[in-house]
Amino acid sequence: MAEQLAPPQPGGRWVENRPSRGFRAIDLREMWAYRELALSLALRDLKVRYKQAAFGVAWAILQPLVGAAVFTFVFARMADISSGTIPYVLFAFVGTTVWAFHSSAVTSGTESLVENSLLVTKIYYPKLVSPLASCLTPLVDLGISLVVLAVLLPIYGVNPGVEVLALPVAIALLFLVSFSFALWFSALNVRYRDVRYVVRFGIQIWLFISPVAYPLQLVSQPWRTLYVVNPMVGVLDLMRWSLVDGPAPGWGTLGSLLVALVVLLTGLAYFQRTESRFADVI
Amino acid sequence: MPNAIEVVNVSKRYRIGAKAPNSIREAITGRLAWRTPADPEREVWSLRDVSFNVEAGEVVGVIGRNGAGKSTLLKVLSRITEPTTGVTRTRGRVASLLEVGTGFHAELTGRENVYLNGAILGLTRREIGDRFDAIVEFSGVGRYIDTPIKRYSSGMYLRLAFAVAAHVEPDVLIVDEVLAVGDAEFQRKCLAGMGAVGAQGRTVLLVSHDLDAIARLCPRSLWFDGGVLRLDGDTQDVIDAYLQSTRDGGGEQLEVEDARGRVLLHAVRTVDPSGQSTNILRRDRPFDVEVDISVRERIPGLDIALFLVNQRGARVFDEVWSDVAPTRAEAPGRYVASITVPPLLNAGDYAIGVWIGQGYEEILSAEAATNFTLEGSSKGRPDRIVELLLPWQCRPVDDDAQHQQPAASHQHRR
Repeated sequence: MAEQLAPPQPGGRWVENRPSRGFRAIDLREMWAYRELALSLALRDLKVRYKQAAFGVAWAILQPLVGAAVFTFVFARMADISSGTIPYVLFAFVGTTVWAFHSSAVTSGTESLVENSLLVTKIYYPKLVSPLASCLTPLVDLGISLVVLAVLLPIYGVNPGVEVLALPVAIALLFLVSFSFALWFSALNVRYRDVRYVVRFGIQIWLFISPVAYPLQLVSQPWRTLYVVNPMVGVLDLMRWSLVDGPAPGWGTLGSLLVALVVLLTGLAYFQRTESRFADVI
Repeated sequence: MPNAIEVVNVSKRYRIGAKAPNSIREAITGRLAWRTPADPEREVWSLRDVSFNVEAGEVVGVIGRNGAGKSTLLKVLSRITEPTTGVTRTRGRVASLLEVGTGFHAELTGRENVYLNGAILGLTRREIGDRFDAIVEFSGVGRYIDTPIKRYSSGMYLRLAFAVAAHVEPDVLIVDEVLAVGDAEFQRKCLAGMGAVGAQGRTVLLVSHDLDAIARLCPRSLWFDGGVLRLDGDTQDVIDAYLQSTRDGGGEQLEVEDARGRVLLHAVRTVDPSGQSTNILRRDRPFDVEVDISVRERIPGLDIALFLVNQRGARVFDEVWSDVAPTRAEAPGRYVASITVPPLLNAGDYAIGVWIGQGYEEILSAEAATNFTLEGSSKGRPDRIVELLLPWQCRPVDDDAQHQQPAASHQHRR
């Protein structure tokens, strides 16, 4: 019977547990074997969110709409910020949609291990699954927002060109950035519970130093060059270029990718190094 | 048979106390002090140089007091935590049941939780789908399967959780004290399920405070004491030695505390009718069993269970506070909770265990918290556990008897 199952550890193979030294490589085969757990956890978080919510999925549609409306009122009407050739509502809608994903993925990713401490202390699984699952859940909201955007585009007379084919790349970069930070913060939060508070208001500050409500062109030099270290700049540029006919992304996007990769690799290293002690210190 | 579990010189050290920083501020301000050599008084060795092998298909019991290192051993074997030194090896798919219903979410339905819990235990969606009907049937949850489990009774919840675990079909099953929860009927079902697991050639490592269950299920047992494997051998010998050791210790002052410091168990005492605390009691008199505890914080639903084990390892009774008292002490403070045992037990040696928990969740337990001897004659019948002296009735059923014994029918109405 055991042979018929597709077990995480193939039947008959010896699995060792010994003290780890230094950095270990990520066991990609094991991560693949646990993909269903990541999906199940993501699905759980999604289901739980909409249980006993009378309007259910309507909230996922309403949130970015309200966000974009507020931004339009405050920034376009009162502060008179120009978004170039793009209608400001669409500009802000893409911004809030991207930010909703990022904020949700990073904050829930930060909590992913601590919130599931019973899982961490009672079950063996590659712990990377936890922050990964937390970043999968908000993908659904992102998808719903994109559908809403598809309705908004013709209303505002914007026809996305072939750039829309770059959308998967833009989403992949967004996911990469959010996951990389979630990785760092989730592992740090196991050790230092201060991290959750830092992340909560850090995300707020990050929102204002990212071109979510305003275009990067409004930022004066030398600050604009400094913005390259903020990986969300590249994500937002890429998203707006692919969806609402924004200006073509420049070298800054490549800079964002590089920063994201650095955060990802250091995050993986820190995570792998501390993972073996999660169950002891959580 | 080849080995399924190998444990080689495994030790596990935990650092406790304030040496390791718990916030960023401590990490920064304490940076210099933190790098000084570890204070040995702040170290606890939960396992010390433990080695043993388990052959494929063996069912092995693990016994020992609270804090003896049993749970740590299971965590190391399940790869939840690493050993400090040494190595463990397991072969094939390992399922560890350190808790029933790990990952269950109250808002989700029974069906959703079965799939979630199955995934957590390492099953794929298809595998769970194949087993789904069997799981529901085993659990007896029936038509409530699509109801959120927050509406379940605790018994239904446990049955469903165990049903999933029972269908994982691992090569190596590691079980921690899941038998301590649930009603008698449920326990019987679990034991039957686990017996079946052993019979299918799976390897089982079972930690339990229920020595009776260990004796029935496991031909071989390991006794842990203070992180050390004290004895490894035939279950009956191991249980005898274990009970003997706790008897030598007297067990008067326990002063054991749970990991979170919520409850401190001072002692479990046996008290004779004159109010004297003693380990030697007379079998023809009632006696009290007292649990002396300090509760450090408000614990809603605090519950205490006392159980009595005779010298052959049979559990004579277990009495649970919540079975008879729906409202119990909750406020912090020191309490003595007691029960009075009527004079019905046979003469002999007994061990008393105590379990303190919140709902079904264990806070702490000590399965041989104290021992006592009931002095007196077993009246030539040492095999009987209790002597109830129940009233007898004799009623005539044919005419002859009725004529000869007209008074017999009155006899039992006295």
